[in-house]
Amino acid sequence: MAEGKTFRNDGYAKVTGRATYADDISFAGTLHMVPVYADYVAAKNVVIDSSKAEALPGCIRVLTAKDVPGITNFGQIEQDYPMLITDTIRSWGDVLALTVAETREIALAAAALVEITADPIKPVLTMEEALSPYARTVPSYGDSNIVVHHKMRHGNPDPLFDECELIIEEDFTTQMIEQGYMEPESAICVPRSDGVIEIYGSMQHPFSTRRFTGALLGEPLSNIEVYTIAVGGGFGGKDDTAAIVCARAALGARILRRPVKMTYTREWSIRESYKRHPYKLHYKVGVTSEGLIKAVKTEMYADSGAYLSVTPWVTWRSTAQCCGPYAVDNVHADVYGVATNNLFTGAMRGFGSPQVNFATEQIIDMIAEKLKMHPLGVRRINMVKQGSTTVTGQVLDDHTVSMEEVMNNTVHEIGYRKKFEKCSLGKSDSDELYGIGLAISYRGASLGAEGMDFCSAIINGQYDGSILVETGIHENGQGSDSVMMMVLAEELGTNLKRIRYKRSSTSNIPDSGSTVATRGTIMGSSSIVLAAKQFKELLSKHLAERLKCTPEEVTFHGDKIWGLTYDQSLTWEEAMKELFLQRVTPYAFGTFQAPDVSWDETNGQGNAYFTYVYSCQAAEVSVNKKTGKIKLLNIVASHDIGKAINKAMLLGQIYGGITQGVGYALMEEVTSEEGRTTSLNFDKYKIPRTTDLPEMTGIVVENYDPHSLTGAKGIGEPALELIAPAIANAVHNATGIRCKSLPLTINPEDLA
Amino acid sequence: MSNTITINNKPVTVTEEQRSMSLLTFLRENQFLHGVKNGCEKGLCGSCTISLDDRAVRSCKMTVEKALGKSVITVEGMEYEDGTIHPLQQAFIDAGAVQCGFCTPGMIMSSYTLLLKNPNPSREEVRKALRGNLCRCTGYQQIVDAVQLAAKYIEEQGLSPLAGCLR
Repeated sequence: MAEGKTFRNDGYAKVTGRATYADDISFAGTLHMVPVYADYVAAKNVVIDSSKAEALPGCIRVLTAKDVPGITNFGQIEQDYPMLITDTIRSWGDVLALTVAETREIALAAAALVEITADPIKPVLTMEEALSPYARTVPSYGDSNIVVHHKMRHGNPDPLFDECELIIEEDFTTQMIEQGYMEPESAICVPRSDGVIEIYGSMQHPFSTRRFTGALLGEPLSNIEVYTIAVGGGFGGKDDTAAIVCARAALGARILRRPVKMTYTREWSIRESYKRHPYKLHYKVGVTSEGLIKAVKTEMYADSGAYLSVTPWVTWRSTAQCCGPYAVDNVHADVYGVATNNLFTGAMRGFGSPQVNFATEQIIDMIAEKLKMHPLGVRRINMVKQGSTTVTGQVLDDHTVSMEEVMNNTVHEIGYRKKFEKCSLGKSDSDELYGIGLAISYRGASLGAEGMDFCSAIINGQYDGSILVETGIHENGQGSDSVMMMVLAEELGTNLKRIRYKRSSTSNIPDSGSTVATRGTIMGSSSIVLAAKQFKELLSKHLAERLKCTPEEVTFHGDKIWGLTYDQSLTWEEAMKELFLQRVTPYAFGTFQAPDVSWDETNGQGNAYFTYVYSCQAAEVSVNKKTGKIKLLNIVASHDIGKAINKAMLLGQIYGGITQGVGYALMEEVTSEEGRTTSLNFDKYKIPRTTDLPEMTGIVVENYDPHSLTGAKGIGEPALELIAPAIANAVHNATGIRCKSLPLTINPEDLA
Repeated sequence: MSNTITINNKPVTVTEEQRSMSLLTFLRENQFLHGVKNGCEKGLCGSCTISLDDRAVRSCKMTVEKALGKSVITVEGMEYEDGTIHPLQQAFIDAGAVQCGFCTPGMIMSSYTLLLKNPNPSREEVRKALRGNLCRCTGYQQIVDAVQLAAKYIEEQGLSPLAGCLR
């Protein structure tokens, strides 16, 4: 049982069914929009005939690229994603037209009547094909299928391999997976009388949604107002695609001057939305006889699919974290993004680190096995410590480097040392083989050198003593609104009941970047602290006289505002009223700027992130000799997140992240035939169920982080990024078989 | 044959055309019971789970006709008339079992039918009963905690396990 009760400002709404998600909203006269796909993976000279569809009674319009007043192609980095296809189809998920009708049934029927012809092109479906010198160039921009190449040149590994006792040279592959949020994409857009288009959408980035919509409509950002509503999960997956669903509905609302709703089926969602990048990784690692890693050379290839999305940022993180949490002095890394005609890939919780960790954390166990050392020993020798220099040349001396502490916690809690001795390694008298394995990681918190990193908060005190607060962080279900409220209550020394999280809109709070990259808590709560500081200064200045003290002597605690003595205090009701009588608005606006980071793209060196989250997860498994089935018996996770703000929700993030990682490790894979996705719903795309999981233990380590104004870092992504290699190591220790591709599978014949 | 369904303890008359609709669509679009969620429309995710004569049923997989003469309870029927919530709902909040909330109504309805049959389920029994309900946020651990906590609330405080609308 989680310690203490949880605070969730949306808990009551969500357990009663009152929480409003996009598809739950309707307005009088709402029209329904449905996307039209074509059965081509790659084709050109597209011709769309919508005459039969438009003749269907109740069908209002069929919209195509020709109807777009703004620009059809957009993207976060390269403007290459066609929100509607003009001439060329590059993937099976491409949308060619939008039917709009009085009812969803009619819109669906009309979609089936849209006739599309095109000249098919042979699709490029593997990275090998795409990299061949004779390959057709897939992207609309540039002249190569290599869409990004990050380099790291840290020391010089080449001459060192000859001096190494042990060389490990291995290849690993990881699969394409789907974010699997429970609520499919949905949007409802309303043309307002003042010319603004209002958007209520299932998306995780209102400001990105506004940019996509502004581009498609050819209108300024101020014409588009995106409201925050309940979102049924995102996990990185509700940026580009979800924003585009909103943009398309907005296009319909603008042209037809009526509210337009577009709600995706699970099949459309999986067919069209971007996925986690499949990787091919090659590592050459040179190790001394004492287990010290002297040199690493690695090459990685990430399938970017037909469109770029955030591939350069995902692969950048793979570069910056290419050696796991190990301080190696000589590293050369080359990380490539490769365009194909597969479904495009983009952000998913983990963002370029789960793939790398799958390789590096198995390599560490392989080193231990070859040198007959303990896996913990090899980790301990090589891991980052206080003052270590990372592979990007960053010196870790300005926060607590707790890698060893975190590992020790997990090792102790699960009893790793004793259990490690009992592993079957393929030999057992019964049908079940037993194994335990672990993995460690460090993760750069927030965006790092990927992007501009700042966030704003507004505190708006009311005449009656109640307080409204909002930040640029978006509630996707993780509980960020609750955390912001708790931080504000702490800063002001008030009762939580006094505070309401204001439902945000893009026309009110400034753009504070995406709620991604484990940055919600660290950036949002720090912006609250800054705004609260200003708010308290304002109140102190204007209340000091009444409290018979100087402004510096005013304090805030026990849900009151105090002077120097116990008989000098004001309730919040009295204090706010006093400010209004003085004609002062109790209002504060704070912006937190992330500490400086740096990056040199020519050699992959710099202070990549301003702080790191340290993690260790361990798993126990049994593998059935006759069936090869892998069963999880126990999982323990330990994470240094700086400071816990909402403990039960923090644990929920850990358990949930692990569970997504379990899916990655054991069952999930987006499958396709000739570029056409075949795993379109949860029958073929299997995600973990209650019975697939063991009981889990989460250990929270709190080393206050000096870069965060609350001391808190974050947990979203660290929770997911390392359980797959922990399970792979456990499966190896059970069976003696090293699985170098995901999802892990054991062929029982190999156990005979 | 009956032309009514009892929905959250109130009789609802069904028209001829509505009989062939999916129960999910009928509950969401005609009855405005938006707590019944549509996650997959194929009976695979459990977001649309309701109680039908005290059995957990996927409303996307059945027609309105099949529910005629029967008693449907949705998450909206769980709270009491005075606005207080069912111990299961309280336990979901208290145990940290709610994140994005999209699976929550279905989880609560599956848990409800479990507690009616088994007032004190083990963790394994809870996991088995909720096998058909997918959640992508929580890893299920605190959902299992919540169901056991609700059982404890009901037992220790002498509460009725029945849905609020039936009281």
